[in-house]
Amino acid sequence: MTAGENAERGTAVTVNMTKGQAINLQKSDGGTLTAVRMGLGWQAAPRRGLFGKRSKEIDLDASAVLFADKQPVDVVFFRHLVSDDGSVRHSGDNLTGGAGQGGDDEAVMVDLQRVPVHIDQIVFTVNSFTGQTFAEVENAFCRLLDETTGQEMARYTLTGGGQYTAQIMAKMGRQGGGWQMTAIGEPASGRTFQDLMPSIVPHL
Amino acid sequence: MTAELVRGQNHALPETRLEIRVSSGKPIVAGATLNDEQGHMREAGWIAHPADPHLPGLEVSRQAAAEHRLAVDLGALPEPVHRVNVLLALPSGVGGPTSFGAVTAPFLAVTDLDGAEIANYTVIGLDRESAVVALELYRRHDVWKVRAVGQGYAGGLADMLSDQGLTEARQLAETINTAVTEGMARAVAPPPAAVRGTRQGATSSASAAAGTTPAGATSAGSTSAGSAHRNSPSGANAPASGAGAAQGDGEVTREGAREGSADVPAGGGSDGGQVNYQHPNRRPTQPSPPPAAPPAPAPATPPASSGGASGAPAPVAGDATGWSMDERLYNQVWGMFEDMARTVAAYRSAVDFADSRREQELDKVLSDPATRVGPVADAAREQARTKHTQLVEQASSVLDRDLSQLLAEAEVVEPALPCPFARWDNPVWQAYEVPMESPMALRLGDLSLPERTDLRIPMLVRLPLERGLWIDSGSSGSGSTPVSSDEVRRRAVEAAVAIAARLVAVYPVDDFTLNVIDPAGSAAPSLVPLLESGALREPPAGGAAGVTQTLERLTQRVDLVQMAVRNRATASLPPDLDTAEQLLVVHDFPHGFDDRSVTQLRYLVDEGPAVGVNVLMVADREEAQGYGPVLDPLWRALLRITAVPDDHLADPWVGHAWTYEPMLAPPGSSVLSQVLQQVAVARQAYGRR
Repeated sequence: MTAGENAERGTAVTVNMTKGQAINLQKSDGGTLTAVRMGLGWQAAPRRGLFGKRSKEIDLDASAVLFADKQPVDVVFFRHLVSDDGSVRHSGDNLTGGAGQGGDDEAVMVDLQRVPVHIDQIVFTVNSFTGQTFAEVENAFCRLLDETTGQEMARYTLTGGGQYTAQIMAKMGRQGGGWQMTAIGEPASGRTFQDLMPSIVPHL
Repeated sequence: MTAELVRGQNHALPETRLEIRVSSGKPIVAGATLNDEQGHMREAGWIAHPADPHLPGLEVSRQAAAEHRLAVDLGALPEPVHRVNVLLALPSGVGGPTSFGAVTAPFLAVTDLDGAEIANYTVIGLDRESAVVALELYRRHDVWKVRAVGQGYAGGLADMLSDQGLTEARQLAETINTAVTEGMARAVAPPPAAVRGTRQGATSSASAAAGTTPAGATSAGSTSAGSAHRNSPSGANAPASGAGAAQGDGEVTREGAREGSADVPAGGGSDGGQVNYQHPNRRPTQPSPPPAAPPAPAPATPPASSGGASGAPAPVAGDATGWSMDERLYNQVWGMFEDMARTVAAYRSAVDFADSRREQELDKVLSDPATRVGPVADAAREQARTKHTQLVEQASSVLDRDLSQLLAEAEVVEPALPCPFARWDNPVWQAYEVPMESPMALRLGDLSLPERTDLRIPMLVRLPLERGLWIDSGSSGSGSTPVSSDEVRRRAVEAAVAIAARLVAVYPVDDFTLNVIDPAGSAAPSLVPLLESGALREPPAGGAAGVTQTLERLTQRVDLVQMAVRNRATASLPPDLDTAEQLLVVHDFPHGFDDRSVTQLRYLVDEGPAVGVNVLMVADREEAQGYGPVLDPLWRALLRITAVPDDHLADPWVGHAWTYEPMLAPPGSSVLSQVLQQVAVARQAYGRR
């Protein structure tokens, strides 16, 4: 059974995704999503002895780009933590990563009911600001959760993801009266979300 | 000197009356056993534990807690006692950690009655143990000593007690655990809804029973009570010194608090537990304050159905986090400010987008000569317009929904505001009394956006002021009705007087001193209320000499206080120095100012706020042009407000231009002089002079 079938049947199984896989997700009870969160976690670079400060710290960044009719309107990232309308919020920049035990080191929360009416798509991205490729980062993952229930809807393991420094994770799009999420998981390269714009556009 | 003991080390005790403080990350049980010369518990009663906390010369607490204080009077112990063992154990059967390896290493300190530490010991190296003999106090040649023991027992209390020769160890361990579990239940038990009237008393006695350690009791509670009742976040931080009522409030579960807020007049006749008081756009918040919350008069809450937006919960005043009602209201007002800024940002951005899309689409139709005219083009144009209209309508309906909810909230919040935040026409000013405590913030006026001009957000600034104010007497505002420049000047002085009077009124007696510079005497008529009531102790400084003298005095004060603060010698300030917050009202700047006074004024504006001296300028920037760009930093250092409505203030989130409107006493009202009269009476009664 593929992950997509799982989701369609509405089971509460986390979809563990490989890159490039595109599936549609809906809330397991068939309802529409009201609040989602993208979490990003990774393990900090190991400290090496006395000169621990010189160990190469890893800074991954989560961002969300808001589109209206394929035009980027607003972006939430570490320099702009709240979208002007207040519907998308970033938990704040984490420059070093955490224990890699599964907790989110950065998160982007979206209150879908508050998203301005003209915004029809929101794209989530992950970038390696310090330039390490996902092959070098330990225990890196990103995941999408239904914020109201805490249920994980999709998870990507970034570690071992090859010589890439970025990933376009997923997009949320308006569907009828509600929202629908499509996982993208396309690897890319770039330091911040700006570098990813050309790679994002084909997915809109 | 505190002796930091390691395992096995001992230390002589200088006195016999002691206190032993225990702290650990999680709630633990503390007890003590007594041994005779041979190290035996001679009687079964030689143990103090939560179910039986008293022994002659020894007292332990009744329940598990993260912090304990055991009182010990070694001199009062029975004669045969040669050793006191201090025991710690993890409560079992309450869902907490089951071994000391999983909690922070317990820390014990032996102190004298003044709290000075004699010795301390951190019980490290524990792993699977769930009970430990931490310390022993023992008598050797009639001298009492303390030794760090740190002997753990994986088998828990029962093993430890039987190791001390107690025959019914298991039974006693059981008794202790039961007592502890009961103690925990007591600490968090939500009051039955039926006895709502006695809730306050009931919970505060429950928390009193919880003893000296609210932090421990509540964190223990969250483990034992499970998910049914979550403790309010304030519970864990509730200051131990809190009065019974306040403490009770902190201990009430969220469920209970909700019912409790129905008692509050602000809650307004809805049944407890049914109404969700949470603002949908804001973080979950503190429970409403106890009914005794002093500054809040009972606002007439509209019934839930008139809450504006259909289906939206009825807003309540004070629905925000904070330690006091004032702080909650302050945070709520700022929350409303942010919500309004963001809601309007969403609307404007949607409308802008709709406009630009329509333009693009219309352009596209025009750019193609083949389709520029004809039915196809008309249809395309029509479609572009329809799309535009639809999107704008959608955006407007969302805006209306959000704004009416904010409006409903404002209607509830406005009457509940305390004096410093309230409009002059708020009845709270009629019941004004000179406060005993410094205010946290001051309302300078109202802010609004053109989308909904009747929705006015109070503009609150923190006190003491972080920077001075400048009331622009040159701006004729952004309103449609032109106001003559003389009128603007008059209103500017009035606004200044209203702010000055408000500041004097909201500070305790003699904590705020007003100074006025009015070189030409042109503000005299407006200053009458301040002078008559004595709020202004000295007549306004007139002429160039007066200006120089006043500035000199304030500059000197700033210098002295700055020096004293830098050298940490605030105690040696001259006794006649006025340490109250100072406000210098400068009218008609730059009349009467020479270069030297301008420099002094700039010094006051730059350095004053840090040491409690602020400047309120009433000035027309145009008129000060003679000084050239020298004064630009001066203007920039001040917060510019206007005498007539003007849209020049930006919010910190999105940067909308908000229309500021000054706050004046309603025409014909004598509220200002009444309030100042009160201040004068209070000053005479218990002021400095």
